[in-house]
Amino acid sequence: MTPKQKLVAFKTILIKEVLRFSRIWVQTIVPPVVTTSLYFVIFGSLIGPRIGDMGGFRYMDYIVPGLIMMAVITNSYANVVSSFYGSKFHHHIEEMLVSPLPNYIIVMGFTAGGIARGMSVGMAVTLVSMAFSDLQVHDLTVLVTIVILTSTLFSLAGLINGVFARSFDDISIVPTFVLTPLTYLGGVFYTIQMLPAFWQKVSMANPILYMVDTFRFGFLGVSDIPVALSYLIVGGFILTLYLYALYLMNVGYGIRK
Amino acid sequence: MTTALSIRDLTKAYANGFQALKGISLEIRKGDFFALLGPNGAGKSTTIGILCSLINKTSGKVEIFGHDIDRDFSAAKMETGLVPQEFNFNVFEPVEEIVVNQAGYFGIERRVGVRRAERYLKQLGLWEKRRCQARELSGGMKRRLMIARALVHEPRLLILDEPTAGVDIEIRRSMWDYLRELNAAGTTIILTTHYLEEAENLCRNIAIIDHGRLIENSSMKELIGKLQVETFVLDLRNPVKTLPKTEPECLRMIDETTLEADIQRGCSINFLFEQLSRQGIEVLSMRNKTNRLEQLFMHMIGNGADGKRKDAA
Repeated sequence: MTPKQKLVAFKTILIKEVLRFSRIWVQTIVPPVVTTSLYFVIFGSLIGPRIGDMGGFRYMDYIVPGLIMMAVITNSYANVVSSFYGSKFHHHIEEMLVSPLPNYIIVMGFTAGGIARGMSVGMAVTLVSMAFSDLQVHDLTVLVTIVILTSTLFSLAGLINGVFARSFDDISIVPTFVLTPLTYLGGVFYTIQMLPAFWQKVSMANPILYMVDTFRFGFLGVSDIPVALSYLIVGGFILTLYLYALYLMNVGYGIRK
Repeated sequence: MTTALSIRDLTKAYANGFQALKGISLEIRKGDFFALLGPNGAGKSTTIGILCSLINKTSGKVEIFGHDIDRDFSAAKMETGLVPQEFNFNVFEPVEEIVVNQAGYFGIERRVGVRRAERYLKQLGLWEKRRCQARELSGGMKRRLMIARALVHEPRLLILDEPTAGVDIEIRRSMWDYLRELNAAGTTIILTTHYLEEAENLCRNIAIIDHGRLIENSSMKELIGKLQVETFVLDLRNPVKTLPKTEPECLRMIDETTLEADIQRGCSINFLFEQLSRQGIEVLSMRNKTNRLEQLFMHMIGNGADGKRKDAA
């Protein structure tokens, strides 16, 4: 395939993915917006004033970046894992496998679809959050880059989960037992400075902490962790997951007999 | 380039140790209409899966129009279109989108893909259904959708894995006409089917796979020529009480008004009618008991008349 043909193929997968989640927007876009709005109401408006300041900011302003990021993470992941596993389960992944598409285009196409869903939900949640807090943007470049990188990382993770999944149960295990706890413990609702020294060190092993913290820096201008270190770690994860996803596709794990 | 498909010593062993292919070699000429037959589990779908990259081969070499599927997989796939046995499209997607997306996977610009989708959906009688979700189509329409999808990148080799399974006779015959037209226009076609009448009607050359080995590879004419005995069913005007005598003996009584006759290849059938006439037996109609290819096929894969599989040699 020529580079132009590859670009056409990539765009085809991306458009197909965007149309897929747009067609079922009531299942894909609305629920995270509703859930996050409830977080805003309960933790921000009702409980927040009693908590007082967090890291020098109103509690509502402090948790908004984390809640946006949480929606981005879960939706990027969910989009790719369900789409990839669904196409495996119903065999329409074969449409791509019989074509001359290089495996890296398939990986990039599904990942781009996950990024598109993550960003769409992120934007929707951000719009809703504006009704609850008066967030100011401290560093737009950091905001945009970290949200795209985070979305990329979890789209790739979702793809790998989709490759390994053998049943619909398998695609819900990781989000339920790994992703959600890591997100909740990733500094969405609190600053790790509140934790005892030991738990601060344990928290540093949670990659989601770096993403949430850097995203919060983009809004508030404060961070528990050096921003450059976050980029390094997120970049390292993306590279590792991409290479692993590509390896799985090249050997045909779960998709070629 | 006169060879559309070249397969050399192709083997496939699955992870559970099952040896699906045991060294198949095969050449299919450009422009051929080729039947690949075999009983269930013989290795047909494995062979097709390897040609289309859905199954990884264990060893061997495959070239499609001279392109090695390992070294030059992109060019090989550009030449190949697959109509699989099972429906494998997203049933929630609109018909037209399925075809246009497939064009996109082959790097064909959307506007060209849309034009081609229109052409093939019209040719296959699906244009009116283009905006319907694929799940709304009937079984025959779904089969035709897969043909349109396989043609959208205009491959020179079209592989059809049981394309008419579960399709009613009218649609089956219209699909045959369409496939003949495609073949006449230059597309090389490989067909697997369990309807041996279909293979005999459409294909010029044939290969039979059994237990992962190629047990026959010749022209349809040559193969049919190997048939030593043909069995005919005779319907009689009046019932007979006993089996009529003939010289040589070749009749079996099915019921009072139905006889079966085994006629040696090369023998005239007139002798039979003459002898029956002399005994006052009038034959109303006559037909082949089974399709000729089916008779040969059953013999070659080692099935007895009772349908039980004998041990393959």
